[in-house]
Amino acid sequence: MAIIECKNVNLFYGKNQALKLINMDIDAKSITAFIGPSGCGKSTLLRTFNRMNDLIPGVKIDGAISIENKNIYDTDINVNDLRKRVGMVFQKPTPFQMSIYENIAYGLRVNGETNNGVIKDKVESALKQSALWDEVSSNLKKSATQLSGGQQQRLCIARTIAVEPEIILMDEPTSALDPISTAKIEELVKELVKKFTIVIVTHNMQQATRISHKTAFFYMGELIEFDITNNIFKNPKIERTANYVNGNFG
Amino acid sequence: MNLAKLKDKFFESVIYSTGIISIVIVLFIVYFLFKEGIGIFDKQPLEEGYCAVVHHYNHVNKISPEQIKKIVEGDLTNWKDLGGSYDSIYLFTLSDIEYKFTAEELGENFEHLNEKIAQYVSLNTGILAILPEKYVEKSLTRIKLDKVSLAGFFNGQDWYPASAPSPQFGALPILLGSLIVSIGAMLIAIPIGILVAIFLAELASPAVKNVMKSATELLSGIPSVVYGFFGIVVVVPFIKDLFNLNIGETALAGSVILAIIALPAIISLAEDAISSVPKELKIASLALGASHWQTIVRVMVPAASSGIISASILGIGRAFGETMAVLMVTGNAALMPTTFLQPVRTITATIAAELGEASTGGLHYQSLFILGSILFVITFIFNLSAELVAAKK
Amino acid sequence: MKKELVQKIAFTSITILSFTIVSVVLLILGFIVVKGIGAINIDFLTKAPENGMMDGGIFPAILGTLLLILGSAAIAFPVGILSGIYMNEYAANNWFKKFIGMMTNNLAGVPSIVFGLFGLAIFVNFLGFGVSILSGCLTLGILILPVIIRTTEESLKTIEDSYRQASLALGASKLQTTFSVVLPMAFPNIVTGLIISIGRVAGETAPIIFTCAAYYLPEIILSFQTPVMALPYHLYVMATSGVDLNASRKIAFGTALVLMTMVFILNLSAGAVKKYMSKK
Repeated sequence: MAIIECKNVNLFYGKNQALKLINMDIDAKSITAFIGPSGCGKSTLLRTFNRMNDLIPGVKIDGAISIENKNIYDTDINVNDLRKRVGMVFQKPTPFQMSIYENIAYGLRVNGETNNGVIKDKVESALKQSALWDEVSSNLKKSATQLSGGQQQRLCIARTIAVEPEIILMDEPTSALDPISTAKIEELVKELVKKFTIVIVTHNMQQATRISHKTAFFYMGELIEFDITNNIFKNPKIERTANYVNGNFG
Repeated sequence: MNLAKLKDKFFESVIYSTGIISIVIVLFIVYFLFKEGIGIFDKQPLEEGYCAVVHHYNHVNKISPEQIKKIVEGDLTNWKDLGGSYDSIYLFTLSDIEYKFTAEELGENFEHLNEKIAQYVSLNTGILAILPEKYVEKSLTRIKLDKVSLAGFFNGQDWYPASAPSPQFGALPILLGSLIVSIGAMLIAIPIGILVAIFLAELASPAVKNVMKSATELLSGIPSVVYGFFGIVVVVPFIKDLFNLNIGETALAGSVILAIIALPAIISLAEDAISSVPKELKIASLALGASHWQTIVRVMVPAASSGIISASILGIGRAFGETMAVLMVTGNAALMPTTFLQPVRTITATIAAELGEASTGGLHYQSLFILGSILFVITFIFNLSAELVAAKK
Repeated sequence: MKKELVQKIAFTSITILSFTIVSVVLLILGFIVVKGIGAINIDFLTKAPENGMMDGGIFPAILGTLLLILGSAAIAFPVGILSGIYMNEYAANNWFKKFIGMMTNNLAGVPSIVFGLFGLAIFVNFLGFGVSILSGCLTLGILILPVIIRTTEESLKTIEDSYRQASLALGASKLQTTFSVVLPMAFPNIVTGLIISIGRVAGETAPIIFTCAAYYLPEIILSFQTPVMALPYHLYVMATSGVDLNASRKIAFGTALVLMTMVFILNLSAGAVKKYMSKK
């Protein structure tokens, strides 16, 4: 069942068209990977799903992006509520200058949760789901900036899932991390898909084959091919895709 | 050695020596400031060249400046209260001489003055004579005055540096005056400064931001005497009318003007601090569903806090050291400050107002240098801690 | 909807506050300009005060301020720039340099009245220069010295080491490198710092009260040993200790406007000079 539906999406940065007529449906409770060379539009498309592109001046978008059959660019959409439903994890870990506990509680508090008992339970559950609990449970008051890079990124994932989104967008979440931390995050993503829909942008094609169900290949703002991951890497229908995944791409 | 090399050597030694010179100047300022003032703690608080004399039967051998003040004011009248025998105190000063002695008695060139004074002292058992050393015979019994003490300087509530026969150097009202005016200024300037900085960093369009930033930059160059003048003609009368006071020259007027003076610096430093918060933090917070305002208050301002605190400390330091504006609008009464609506006198205003009347090297002169040293140390601490806070990121 | 409403209220109030603050402060300027412009004419700018300073102009004060600027610049510019060069290019990077750097930094933040005290103690009394232009220029020169050292140092710091190495690799001496390569590149920033420090000299009152300022000195005596009138001190006098304060207000406003204009021109030209020089 599709949870995100893109219909004829065009996006412009000023005069420069960054997305060209994108049509795609993303399945619920699955992992979808976006691949393609730098500047191909994969991150841009990802950011349209929770309207992070709104923050860039001069962005114009047309077409429709629907989440659960509701166009998120309609005027009656509350962007803050949308972002609560569609969480995001970034390339660089972004721990706030607060304790580990407060970092996760932050998302709950800004979304109106005031009951400290509830917050405490949800923080604990989020840390457990993100496989960080065992490492930090004795030390929740510690400043989040003192964690290692991999731990910080898992903290950011915990922070995202604590607000209980339906969809989690991940923008190259492991590109700043070492292989061991990367493996841990990949494990985690596979675990999380049981509860969440995950869309992940990655530069690392092995990563896409390891974790994703479906893969979309972008080039110059166009969606070239979108299929089951195995097909994209073993049996692509389009030559450009084949060239890219085989590494002999211009 | 050829000429070019010689030239190089020459210029380099010029560079070295100017470098050393300016270093020496820096150290010299500190040294001189303290050196000029420190002498006050080694002196009896009497006018230059004066001494205090009592009858030779009097066995009180020490008296404090506060006690002399009480004697002058008539609050202390008996030697018994000073640990002596029962005898009323009779204060005798230079101005009493012409009433007690005729011109004939003193002689044409006052050649009999010393002799007459010695005689007079020996006739009055309760006398306390405070006179210039040169009129007092060696044989007379002197009474020691407590030296000006550091504690007395910081704790004393009476600042009468020019009063005769015994000046009072209690700087507490002045220190508190500086404090209350600066604190008031910061209560106004810090919140406003941070809010305007938020506006400039996060809300203003580039054009508005540009105009406002140039305006604040321009303002930071206006001499403080101009602000002081503005205070006199606008702020002081306004405060007087608003609170229905007899005089508008108050601590509040000083705080308002100082706040205006400190604002441009606080705005621009706080704006820098907020603008340099990594964009990723802002985006991450928005992606969690936080509103822009929640993001500003809970993520960006805390992340910029070291810069903002450093800006605030620098602001306090600057307010503390500001002279002309404060001198012109605070009324300069050396009273213990109790409210914002009374005249106060600050360290800087005291120095500016009194240094002209203080004779070089005298007690009063030294006391003002001590005030200057205190000011130096306080602003030094402010500057240093601002630097430390900013460095600790 | 609650947090959107909170945001709306907060943003609206901050915007209103910011515009209010900036307009209030601009009103201060406007107020002085409007009140002062009436006093200004050729006579005001070229004549000495007359009639117990209730009439006439402020020429001696303008001239005095210019003299103080020239004098303190002549003292502080060479010493400050050379010291800045010494600190950035020559001084060994050890605790002593750090200590001196810290001292100059803090000295730049020391209240100007403290410099007045220092000037009085050392130049007026100890060295016996008396209350004179010489004492005033020396005091003001030392006041701006830390600022100049710092600007020079900071400007030199921004020049990448590769330029120095390139010059040295060509066989240039360290001195040649410093003066022919590094200094010209840092010059726009240094000049900006110099002009801003001059603006500060023009506006400072506290350091000159005891070192050089004259209450009333209508004749122009071009000597280093006499006191001078100066614009900021004249404004202070006119604002606080005239015979008839209301009658002298107009002159005070005029003086304030002239002083402010002078400082503005200096600060604006600092920006312009920087723009022009970095374009070249």
